[in-house]
Amino acid sequence: MAATAIERLHRRSLGIRRALGPIAEARGMARGMLWTGAGITLVFVLLAIFAPVLSPYGFDQYQAGGRRFAQLAHPGHGHILGTTVQSTDVLSRIVWGTQTELEVVGLALAFGLVIGVPLGLIAGYFGGLFDRAAVLFMDAMFAFPPLLLAIVIAFLLGSSVSSGVLVAALAITITYVPQYFRVVRNHVISVREEPYVEAARALGAKPFTILRKYVFFNVVQNVPVIATLNAADAVLTLTALGFLGYGVQPTQGAEWGYDVSRAVSDAASGIWWTGLFPGLAIVLLVTGLTLVGEGLNETINPVLRKRSIRRVDFAAPSLEPSTEILEP
Amino acid sequence: MNQTGPSLKRYAITRLALVVPMVFILLTLVFLLMRVAPGNPVSAALGGHAPPAVIKAISHQLGYDKPVYVQYAHYLGQIIRGNFGTTISDRRSVGSIILVNGAATLELTFFALIVAIVVGVLVGLVSGRFRDSPIDAGGRLFGIVVYATPVFFLGMLAQLVFGIWLNWLPTSDQASPITEALLQTHTNIFFIDAIIDGNWTALKDIVEHLILPATTLGIVYGGVFIRLIRINVIRTLKEDYIEAARARGINERSVVYRHAFRNALVPVITVVGLSIALLLGGAILTETTFNWPGIGHELYVYLQNRDYAAVQGIVVVFALVVVAASIVIDFATAFIDPRVRY
Repeated sequence: MAATAIERLHRRSLGIRRALGPIAEARGMARGMLWTGAGITLVFVLLAIFAPVLSPYGFDQYQAGGRRFAQLAHPGHGHILGTTVQSTDVLSRIVWGTQTELEVVGLALAFGLVIGVPLGLIAGYFGGLFDRAAVLFMDAMFAFPPLLLAIVIAFLLGSSVSSGVLVAALAITITYVPQYFRVVRNHVISVREEPYVEAARALGAKPFTILRKYVFFNVVQNVPVIATLNAADAVLTLTALGFLGYGVQPTQGAEWGYDVSRAVSDAASGIWWTGLFPGLAIVLLVTGLTLVGEGLNETINPVLRKRSIRRVDFAAPSLEPSTEILEP
Repeated sequence: MNQTGPSLKRYAITRLALVVPMVFILLTLVFLLMRVAPGNPVSAALGGHAPPAVIKAISHQLGYDKPVYVQYAHYLGQIIRGNFGTTISDRRSVGSIILVNGAATLELTFFALIVAIVVGVLVGLVSGRFRDSPIDAGGRLFGIVVYATPVFFLGMLAQLVFGIWLNWLPTSDQASPITEALLQTHTNIFFIDAIIDGNWTALKDIVEHLILPATTLGIVYGGVFIRLIRINVIRTLKEDYIEAARARGINERSVVYRHAFRNALVPVITVVGLSIALLLGGAILTETTFNWPGIGHELYVYLQNRDYAAVQGIVVVFALVVVAASIVIDFATAFIDPRVRY
């Protein structure tokens, strides 16, 4: 009993290691991008976790010790990044905002994967009417500008779901499900005809066993790339929703996009700190996530991949020596 | 590569045949989405304070008191006839919103697209050509940072720097009030109307208003092109025919410019088509940031007013534009790329 559990754990860790393999294999610029991105992302994750400790004030706190903070105070004394029209501390709003952004993005990714990947697996493997209907439906979803779809969903859910985080996460999820579905389904279709899948089928393995044991791990390797790139995109969508006043409401938490929307009117009178800092936070977080995604893409995608290869002495020279890094 | 592939004609017929069910699903989706919203749409659009008798009368007038399937059939029938409905809050027809505000959106997105292509193609080509050099690293970083910048944030910075601090350009609206009042309407596209009349002062004013929003949207949108063109150049430079060109002793410059770049640019058409949706999404934000009176801005206002009929009409139009663009692009690529044509 215990032995099988350990064995299963071991097998699972092999799967994880296989999925993480590309990170160790990354070379050159891809490696730099991957690590820089991971570093930036890690900083934001830590910021979100330790927000209660790191943030000088609450996200909507406008006074301390009975004294109201100055309105639109310049960055500097007392408030490193200044204060807003509502007298809230800009730095605190950014730190607490990290929590909001990561919560929503994490939820949206989880929902998207849980819905999109199984649908893609089933549609791709079994084909038939379900596959056709699903493809048609997903293609129709693709015709909506993603942001438009997210806005409409957030608008519709806004009045019935009270948690802004959940509203935003669901709105973003709906825009990404078609992507996961497409990538997974198309990959499954090519894997389905591979000899090892046919062999498993010939041995009498049940369809779901085949899906779980043979197809899943071969298909799922692409998912981290899309997931990280989507995470970057999700931050942008979330901030866009916040900018337009949908999703996370001002009373529920700090949201960078909302802060920038308030700052647009400040900008008209030359006030820059209320918008610049939350905006930079968005740029930095999205850049970090994109670097991870692009780095992964470059190491996983065979067209772009550069990996270290062992030098083998063949008589014939390689056709493309310049595109590969040779390591002794 | 594709010897047994379908002919262009067959391809066109299949492609068009596939659109019909897709548009149908799309229309149904929008309809259902708008019906699952809680509350009476008429009451919501009138601010929730209108007397019940008024709400009842307007609901009856607009057909909201009929069973859902009757409403659905009516809705489909009207759209087939090109009628996208009437807004509840201010009783405008969605058709006129498309004509008037759509023209403003078209003006903005057209110039943004030009900026995007110029920026994206230049940076993308150079990055791909000098792969893994410092130039490439710089180009890629630019691409990533530009992609990571929300269009409304870049817009705010542009307003701050060029509008407020330097005081070079106006930061909102499509034209000054005086230009708007004096300009004769021919096409609703201000830029073209001014040219038709030869009204150069108006044109100068219009261009000044256009620069910040179009450049903002164009730069952000250009990030999409940088990535794809760079990858295409890299991919093309690995192709056999490039190797063959080199083997024939054609000098490297010529190989890169005449063989690699040209072929790397063919997919740009596809990308433009695929990213029309992205551009329209970006337009919603740009228009809101710069108070640009386009469809996106109208959508924002109608959402604020909870006008379901207006939102439904505008969303349908957006989706149909994307579908139409994707068909046009598919045909164009099939026409240009010999591998699809045969």
